[in-house]
Amino acid sequence: MEHSNIILKTAGLRKTFKVGFWGREVTALEGLDLEVKQGEVFGFLGPNGAGKTTTIKMLMGLIYPTSGQAWLFGRPIGDQESKARLGFLPESPYFYDYLTGLEFLQFYGHLFGLRGVTLEKRIDELLELVGMSHARHLQLRKFSKGMLQRVGIAQALINDPELVVLDEPMSGLDPVGRKEIRDLILCLKESGKTIFFSSHILHDAELLCDRVAIILKGRQVACGRVSELIDEGVAHSVEVVIDGLSPEGLARLRQLADRVIVQGPQVLAVLPSRQQVGPVLEIIRGAGATLVSLTPHKGSLEDLFIREVKNKQPELREAV
Amino acid sequence: MRILSIALNTFRENLREKLLYNLLFFALLMIGSSILLSRITLGDYHRLILDLGLASINLFGVLIAIFVGIGLVSKEVDRKTIYTIVSKPIPRYEFLLGKYCGLVITLLANTVVMVAGLLIVLQVMDVPITSLVFKSLALIFLELMVITAVAVLFSTFTSATLSAIFTLAVYVIGHLSGDLKEFAKKLDEVSQMVVNAIYYTLPNLERFNLKGHVIHHLDFGMTDMALSLTYGLTYSAFLLLLASVIFQRRDFQ
Ligand SMILES: Nc1ncnc2c1ncn2[C@@H]1O[C@H](COP(=O)(O)OP(=O)(O)O)[C@@H](O)[C@H]1O
Ligand SMILES: [Mg+2]
Repeated sequence: MEHSNIILKTAGLRKTFKVGFWGREVTALEGLDLEVKQGEVFGFLGPNGAGKTTTIKMLMGLIYPTSGQAWLFGRPIGDQESKARLGFLPESPYFYDYLTGLEFLQFYGHLFGLRGVTLEKRIDELLELVGMSHARHLQLRKFSKGMLQRVGIAQALINDPELVVLDEPMSGLDPVGRKEIRDLILCLKESGKTIFFSSHILHDAELLCDRVAIILKGRQVACGRVSELIDEGVAHSVEVVIDGLSPEGLARLRQLADRVIVQGPQVLAVLPSRQQVGPVLEIIRGAGATLVSLTPHKGSLEDLFIREVKNKQPELREAV
Repeated sequence: MRILSIALNTFRENLREKLLYNLLFFALLMIGSSILLSRITLGDYHRLILDLGLASINLFGVLIAIFVGIGLVSKEVDRKTIYTIVSKPIPRYEFLLGKYCGLVITLLANTVVMVAGLLIVLQVMDVPITSLVFKSLALIFLELMVITAVAVLFSTFTSATLSAIFTLAVYVIGHLSGDLKEFAKKLDEVSQMVVNAIYYTLPNLERFNLKGHVIHHLDFGMTDMALSLTYGLTYSAFLLLLASVIFQRRDFQ
């Protein structure tokens, strides 16, 4: 049996699609193993086409896995009872655009058997929560992208779910809109909900997530706490700016640094870790150059991500 | 309850469709035009009014069923509105039944309007309104229910355009199926089997056509009525069952 505080679990989850006239097989997801615990904010990260939406659609019972298994609340996916404890916001959501905000939420409330005063109260609360009280009598066709996203989140919360699954909740929004969605997610976490969301914007995830999984071309490449991943992966890269470096010195610097940019008499180099600082200082001394600045760089998920892409690419090419 | 919510939402969606009102307008125009036609026709104008009226209700009902109906399911899949429904604790067949019932409610509302138009014309032109007229109307509505089920079935696995073409084909062949059997007799054995197979799988829509009875005052008893009713309902139920099975297996991409 599943451990009780594991809300979402997948084991070897895999999906292939048949495309084109000849039914050529493409693998969208290759053997995914995930565990999401109760009460955490879990980021499911990867670039476009990595297989995030495919995974979420399988979890939601919209498409069927080619192989492998997944469980929500310890029950196999597709189970109606676990769906009752679930809220879902699809990627770039399309909704019945002939409905007003109020009618829209009423419809979803009715699907859960909510009616009358209970439903009215719930809708008021939700519209308040997502900051859309002003749009209750406006047709969805007149909504902006951000408004749709918000009313979509309200829809996902109508049954007061324990697990909220959001597919790219922040894509297509301006910085203010993204911040508002982030605050909303934190607010949901505070009220004890488990949140699983996908994103290709790593910065958002860094600020929000307890744990993340990173997938690339259908394969999981990293999983864990954000702080641990960053520390292990890319911690403490260092940026140095040097003035008046000789050509020999520059050649030696290139061997140590990840990246070197020459701008007139000045050279900017990014060192992969602190270990390279000593040798670089020696180069500077030996060449009679001056050190202009030295900035330790706090790693970000983005750095980790770029590194993973670089590392995995040859391997992925072989696999194709 | 959930089926009803989906049905009412579908009905609401249909009511905001302009095409519906255009079709309804033309139906009423055609029913009304029989008044003018009967002025310039010598002889039995009762026949003309009834024939034209019933035919219009049938034709426009079918057009509404097809052109509003085919979008029902495929539009939800294309626009991905189905994502938020299937991810809720609603079995897929309930969604399908809800869509079907929604369209049947739409058709009922439209038929009521068209029938009201016809009754007014009959009243104005002093044509006797017999119980046969009502029996005929009931069977026309039953036919619409069958056609709607056909449209729903096709739209669970093909695009809206193909569904429309297929459903229209079923409607046309369904009315020719009596001739089809006669036609088969003249063919070689293999073709005969094929044509017979078509005859037995497609609905025999002529069973729902009482225009001949109405015009020639032929009786259509309660037993016949019950038989046609059973046939239509069973056939629709079977189509919806098949549609549910297909829909259940589908990936929504
Ligand atoms: N219905 C489909 N048919 C064929 N290929 C698909 C289909 N859906 C997704 N894919 C492919 O699967 C891969 C993963 O897609 P997706 O899950 O949408 O990625 P993400 O959401 O991470 O951007 C992509 O390469 C995409 O082209
Ligand atoms: Mg996606």
